[in-house]
Amino acid sequence: MGDFVIDLIAATLRIATPLIFATLGELFCERAGVLNLGIEGTMFWGAFVGFAGASLTGSLWLGILLALIGGMLSGFLMSILSVRLGVNQHVSGLGITLLMTALSLFGFRLIFGENRVLPSIAPFQQLNLFPNSAILGPIFSQYTLTYIAIFLIPVVSWILYRTTFGLNIRSVGDNPEATDAAGINVYRLRTIALVIGGGLMAVGGAYLSVAQLGSFTFGIVAGRGWVCIALIIFANWQPLKVLWGSLLFGGVQALQSRLQLTGIKLPYELFLSLPYIVTILALTLAGRNVSAPAALLKPYKRE
Amino acid sequence: MLAVEMKDITKTFGMVKANQHVHFCLEEGEIHALLGENGAGKTTLMRILYGLYKADSGEIFVNGKKVDIHSPKEAIAAGIGMVTQHFTLVPTLTVAENIVLGYTDGITVSQKDIEKKVAEASQKYGILVDPSAYVKDLSVGERQRVEILKALYRNARILIMDEPTAVLVPQEVDVLFESLLRLVKAGLSVIFISHKLVEVMAVCDRITVLRDGVVTSTVNKSETTQIELAKMMVGRETFGVTRQSTRKTGKTIYELSGITLEGKHGRKLLNDVSFSVSEGEILGIAGVSGNGQGELTEVLTGLMTPNQGSIKLMGKEITHLTPGQISEAGVGRTPQDRHQGIVGDLSVAENLALENLPVYTKNGMLDHKKIIQDAQQKIEEFQIKASPNDQLRTLSGGNMQKVVLARALSRKPKVLVASQPTRGLDVGATEYVRKRLLEERDRGTAVILLSEDLDEVLALSDRIAVIYEGCIKGIVPSNEATPEKIGLLMAGAC
Repeated sequence: MGDFVIDLIAATLRIATPLIFATLGELFCERAGVLNLGIEGTMFWGAFVGFAGASLTGSLWLGILLALIGGMLSGFLMSILSVRLGVNQHVSGLGITLLMTALSLFGFRLIFGENRVLPSIAPFQQLNLFPNSAILGPIFSQYTLTYIAIFLIPVVSWILYRTTFGLNIRSVGDNPEATDAAGINVYRLRTIALVIGGGLMAVGGAYLSVAQLGSFTFGIVAGRGWVCIALIIFANWQPLKVLWGSLLFGGVQALQSRLQLTGIKLPYELFLSLPYIVTILALTLAGRNVSAPAALLKPYKRE
Repeated sequence: MLAVEMKDITKTFGMVKANQHVHFCLEEGEIHALLGENGAGKTTLMRILYGLYKADSGEIFVNGKKVDIHSPKEAIAAGIGMVTQHFTLVPTLTVAENIVLGYTDGITVSQKDIEKKVAEASQKYGILVDPSAYVKDLSVGERQRVEILKALYRNARILIMDEPTAVLVPQEVDVLFESLLRLVKAGLSVIFISHKLVEVMAVCDRITVLRDGVVTSTVNKSETTQIELAKMMVGRETFGVTRQSTRKTGKTIYELSGITLEGKHGRKLLNDVSFSVSEGEILGIAGVSGNGQGELTEVLTGLMTPNQGSIKLMGKEITHLTPGQISEAGVGRTPQDRHQGIVGDLSVAENLALENLPVYTKNGMLDHKKIIQDAQQKIEEFQIKASPNDQLRTLSGGNMQKVVLARALSRKPKVLVASQPTRGLDVGATEYVRKRLLEERDRGTAVILLSEDLDEVLALSDRIAVIYEGCIKGIVPSNEATPEKIGLLMAGAC
């Protein structure tokens, strides 16, 4: 039983990692007033760029860095559409997702050709922080990226609530007119937020290919981006709560795969759907008293 | 020395000349009122000064130096602050955060630091705010103080106040005036945009009157009176439709008594409104925009139910009927915003039938042939430039209004509520609509005309009621009504 719990906690952290990255990325976008539905595609793009970068350069970290830059470009593209041109955010976001997904598959075919055997790389090794502890050892045998993800949460919180940049982001998402009147460039600020957000989303995607899987498959992101959109609401647009949301979803995901192995006589689809059922429940419970940034979804245009 | 000098400013929006060759001077240490009706160009002029609009031509001097202001940021740098009607505050931030927004140095923001700085500024300028409170929890008056302090914190020496009292309760107005008078003594110069004569006479040193984008005059307060100002503000000959001065009207068929409508926090949007209208009479309701006309329209058409009072149509109580029942009972209406009365994606014919669907329904199906036939006839009768199957959204404003009017009149209403029937229409369409209203009156309909266009009210009405802050300030027969008299009532001066 003890082993089961330890294993479960360790798996929870592993599964939560890409969610934390991508949700924090989405948080920057949404706090600035832009719903970035390009998240799913940008994560997929990050998974591809990270994998391709790592296998071509031979350096896993270079792969991650390339994914970060690639994601920033994706965020920049989103900003051109939704911020500069004022395109409807649903339309531009879904467009970005379609584009980045297709671009990734195209690039993958171009670089690796059509192989019977999926190309793979040797992924990151896990880092054991407590090699001498029987309990903490297995729990904190994680990828470096997982530690970075957890560390990022207080960092993002600090940026949002303790820096001028964060103050500007919070104000532009709530009242861009006021922000403009205060002499702050609304377009530039939102562009920066989207670029940062895109970068974080892509790193979340790259974690899947470069750390967890060591390969790149069509279903590698599998709707995690959409889960992050829900997590943002669960977290009420606050960085610290992103951690709890990600852990909850990761925990249920880890639990369901373990329940499948226990031999309980239930259709396995039921277990698979568990994380999503919990997400819906959590959203209905936590989502009642949330307050979205007031300017979310509204393209800003000066009169 | 002149704090601000605006020379020969012209600004047009499409066809509308918002400002024409406007000269405006603000002396240092004075409160200078910009007085005028809605749409006279007061706010436009000040938005140009604050960098929100760009003038087509003209020059601006601040403290004797020529300036080119393209954005609020540059205006702030030139020492100009503006407090608008719609506050530019972020509700989810604290007072201190709002005040320092865009005006911080360094990468990090310490709540303690900014709260201390804001508290110091609050002390220095005598404008009391709680730096750590969230703006969303503040009253309107408190928010306005935050806006003023925000401008002063940015070292504004010139403060533009756009209709600052419009949103305040009387006690808050007093506090505001005290603050302004104190700040002016300390060297601030204030531009005070208003259409309320009482206030202008209470706090201002000089007054510039704008009318239709042109400066009528600039006067010292000591050398003028409210009546003179009212004349400058609205004074002009009535024009357009001529009609006999005395007319016989029929019996009273529509009666409003003691209508009171409460908004949020028990604020009275309509306060004890009573009037009656007779057959074959046009009752004009004049007033500056935002004094309760919108609410009154909604009460008259059943979209809002009043908290108190009753509405009677031919002696029958209709106060609590639904909009559909009210329409059926014989009250036709054109909504204040014509887009509220139409469905843009439906065709002209469908829109014309919309209020009268039972007539066109056979065995649960719509009789399209009859709808189109009737539409064809209406289109001819009302000179609507469209065919029955055109999508309504493709029509011009004038033609849309004709559709709305045609539909309202097709049921031969006993009472017609026409709210802003010619707003935004060109001259031809305006004249057509006015002519139809007069015809309707001659047919014996009781017409209630709510309009912010004083000329229109004066030209069409048999009696004129003036609404001011939700109250009917007076009802004047048209042969006794002069623009000055109505203007004074509109400005709440009596």
